[in-house]
Amino acid sequence: MTVETGPEVVAALEEALETIEAAIGDDLLEKSIARGELTIVVPAAHIVKVLTFLRDEPTLLFKELVDLCGVDWPEREQRFDVVYHLLSLHHNMRIRVKVRTDELTPVPSVVSVYPTAGWFEREAWDMYGILFEGHPDLRRLLTDYGFDGHPLRKDFPLTGYVELRYDEEQKRVVYEPVKLRQDFRTFDFLSPWEGMGELLPGDEKAQS
Amino acid sequence: MAETEIQTFNVNFGPQHPAAHGVLRLVLEMDGEVVERADPHIGLLHRGTEKLIEYRPYLQNIPYFDRLDYVSMMCQEHSYVLAVEKLLGITPPIRAQYIRVLFCEITRILNHLLNITTMALDIGAMTPLLWGFEQREKLMEFYEEVSGARMHANYFRFGGVNRDLPAGLEERIAAWCDQFEPFMDDLETLLTENRIFKQRTVDIGVVTPEQALAWGFSGPMLRASGIAWDLRKAQPYEVYDRMDFDIPIGRHGDCYDRYLVRMQEMRESLKIIRQCLEQMPEGPVRIPNHKVTPPSRHEMKRSMEALIHHFKLYTEGIHVPAGEVYVATENPKGEFGVYLVADGTNKPYRCKIRSPGYVHLQALEMMCKGHQLADTVAIIGSLDIVFGEIDR
Repeated sequence: MTVETGPEVVAALEEALETIEAAIGDDLLEKSIARGELTIVVPAAHIVKVLTFLRDEPTLLFKELVDLCGVDWPEREQRFDVVYHLLSLHHNMRIRVKVRTDELTPVPSVVSVYPTAGWFEREAWDMYGILFEGHPDLRRLLTDYGFDGHPLRKDFPLTGYVELRYDEEQKRVVYEPVKLRQDFRTFDFLSPWEGMGELLPGDEKAQS
Repeated sequence: MAETEIQTFNVNFGPQHPAAHGVLRLVLEMDGEVVERADPHIGLLHRGTEKLIEYRPYLQNIPYFDRLDYVSMMCQEHSYVLAVEKLLGITPPIRAQYIRVLFCEITRILNHLLNITTMALDIGAMTPLLWGFEQREKLMEFYEEVSGARMHANYFRFGGVNRDLPAGLEERIAAWCDQFEPFMDDLETLLTENRIFKQRTVDIGVVTPEQALAWGFSGPMLRASGIAWDLRKAQPYEVYDRMDFDIPIGRHGDCYDRYLVRMQEMRESLKIIRQCLEQMPEGPVRIPNHKVTPPSRHEMKRSMEALIHHFKLYTEGIHVPAGEVYVATENPKGEFGVYLVADGTNKPYRCKIRSPGYVHLQALEMMCKGHQLADTVAIIGSLDIVFGEIDR
């Protein structure tokens, strides 16, 4: 037993899911229990209401926001997931709540529900450019002062756009565009022998 | 009397300050000697670990976890390795689980020794640091014996650990345990009843249980506020459910209680280390599934299949089934979680690292408000922050 995913854990999660389903009804877009973890997807506009319910409902009491982060899926229309991980100390249970959004639609900030969301939301803004409406202080957090772009987006290159060095003549640190001595190498390791579909290259010639 | 306008002024604390425990830049708004507002500027040690992880095969990411919180190395590897194992659906052999628990507890003592002694140094006690670092050096030798590195061990693997304990290590750890107990007593005589130490820490930075929950505290910070919560007990992983140990909790939630909780936790860790050494069975330390763990050198010389497995494992790596998991372990600093999203390739799609220090540092303003500047130093010391994990 490495990580606890016994049947009693799953049973408790199913019970919690029923409570949630009864209370928030139509707001429950998706639900799943996989690998002993409960995940629900709710509309972004109602996240404050849902989290307040999860925090205050006596049979749930998810009083601690453990983590809040963004995930980028560039091929989707609403490209960002905002993932909230909640922990209930009273019932020894975890839940994952997700909302979806795009670059322009802000997600309501949950700082009023969990004060600890402040820095997590600032980080999600910094890293992904996800906007949070009603956040008291939505500044960049981890990147450099004056940084441009959102580095954890999938379309942001690993090397970044600028590099800095100390300039002996100007006696200060200067920014320059990144110059790579050799091309950036990345291999996808998707083997053509495993990943081939029904149609083999050259098949179209046989049909014409 | 004429109305006088009181002007607050700003103080830049850090980023290069010995009491800032790394590269914390703290912008303090002071009213005389009293802190009105504290705005931590973090990110000076940001290395983009989460971005780098997305571009590396699963196996090559383990060393990054050593380098996050560079005083509790193996505990962080543990969270990541458990997350990948959960996705792969594998369980390491029992001996490997004991070795992991053994080294997690050694790491806990390493971390608490550093935190307690540097906190004491910040508020004026020099000797604990000198004594504590001697013990840390001995513990890092155990690290070196199993992994070849004093700090950045890169020792845990998916499905076990890299190699078995070298001959005689168990006896050496047992001998170390015997001399560590008197050391703990000596250390306590220096600090626990020390008048200056108590003046600087008692009733400083008080956190109520409600505040601790709202601000997402975990680990010793939460327990010092009086909430008995430890993932090793509540959601036991590996062989922690076979261990007999207690969870120390504080009552006041001040800096002094946090110190006491950490001191007691070291004694509890010592108990776990002893139990591990007693109960540890003989056996393999890695699962025999060569899709996940490499075959032995001996096998590779004789079997073509083993050679292919080895080659594939170290060029292409492991393909992890698509899915998402959140795995948290009880790190010395608190709950260290890894949220891993896999898309079926040999690299993680997204790896969010939930570090405890990040959450605790955020609450600094709440704890510092109304305290004096010198108390800020004591509070930062008691938060147990390391910038490797905060900035990531």
